[in-house]
Amino acid sequence: MIEHADIDTELIPILDKVSDPEIPVLTILDMGVVRYAKLVDDVVLIKITPTYSGCPAMDVIADDITAAFKKAGYKVNIDLILSPAWTTDWISEEGRDALEKYGIAPPLDADADKEALLGNKKIVKCTNCGSHNTKLVSQFGSTACKALFQCEDCQEPFDYFKCLK
Amino acid sequence: MNTNLYNYLLGIADNSLILGQRLGELCGHGPSLETDIALTNISLDLFGQVRSYYQYAAKVAGDNRDEDTIAMMRPEREYVNVLLVEQPNTDFGYVIARQFLFDVYHYMFLTELQSSKDETLAAIAKKSIKEVSYHVRFSSDWIKRLGDGTEESHKRIQNAINDLWTYTDELFHQTEADKKMIADGVGVDTSKLKEQYYKQISNVLDEATIEVPDLKYFQKGGKQGVHTEHMGYILAELQYMQRAYPNMSW
Repeated sequence: MIEHADIDTELIPILDKVSDPEIPVLTILDMGVVRYAKLVDDVVLIKITPTYSGCPAMDVIADDITAAFKKAGYKVNIDLILSPAWTTDWISEEGRDALEKYGIAPPLDADADKEALLGNKKIVKCTNCGSHNTKLVSQFGSTACKALFQCEDCQEPFDYFKCLK
Repeated sequence: MNTNLYNYLLGIADNSLILGQRLGELCGHGPSLETDIALTNISLDLFGQVRSYYQYAAKVAGDNRDEDTIAMMRPEREYVNVLLVEQPNTDFGYVIARQFLFDVYHYMFLTELQSSKDETLAAIAKKSIKEVSYHVRFSSDWIKRLGDGTEESHKRIQNAINDLWTYTDELFHQTEADKKMIADGVGVDTSKLKEQYYKQISNVLDEATIEVPDLKYFQKGGKQGVHTEHMGYILAELQYMQRAYPNMSW
């Protein structure tokens, strides 16, 4: 899950305890927002990147990381970086499964995502009953990263995590 | 400080700040729940992006200014957004027309800004363009729905496009800071985007059965800090809290 980021193995158990405040079933490692974590001369240096520019969760995530490392007896220094820009490809397999179980359909690949969001193809799987007979309600959902769908079989409305590449 | 770079950053950020503020006015007032959420989501994206620009501008300024004072404590004449983005939410047609006319420009602008020689600007552009691609899709889609919708929706979106067209040319005007930054390989040469912009806009309008206005006279002034009568009201709302309770936070 973290082959794309530069993270010290010994720090993983601590980072793994910090979850996304808006999607608590996902850890920040599952989300792929931690880009770098190294212990350098007694201080843990961490770089995190926002999912969306306006994501209000970033401040909370930074606070939670600080608290987790303090508790574990480390000093910590957190930097917010923008480049390379976050992509939904960095969400781990575990993260995608957790999303679906939580009721948020995980992102499709870029082409399929476009077809789904334009309402051209019924390819987003309902998180409630598993049917693909679903329709787009709104391209924008409860947070910037999600779109709103509804299942036409079981009628359940659900969120879809939009592909960001 | 590098005054040209500072002014260039404000030139980009002020557009998104003022448009974001306009969209924020619709929070809880959108014509339907879905459009309400969509428009305020777009507003949030724009505010997120302007934070990156203003944080960078504060660093360039290198004095006691921070992102909040830059965003919220300047007098009207120091805001350099284009006139288009400050136009009011007259009806949903105007909201969509303004968004569409800006989004198409914004997407093209960010596409070029990604190859800026300034690493921070390139990084902000690479981040923002992913979000803005959703904005263009949303507003283009609504242009078609309204234009090709009912008689009433067609009439209103055509009115909005006719009224707002006069503000489109200013998107391509270049200030002294723009010219300097273009020469340095930092800024985007918007004059090269103009033809493509009108072509793309016209394609969508054609598809939406909306007539492309044939206008020879265009309004300008925002980039020099000379705004329309609407700007003062926007700033009154934007700045009230910071001026009444300086440095407040919650």
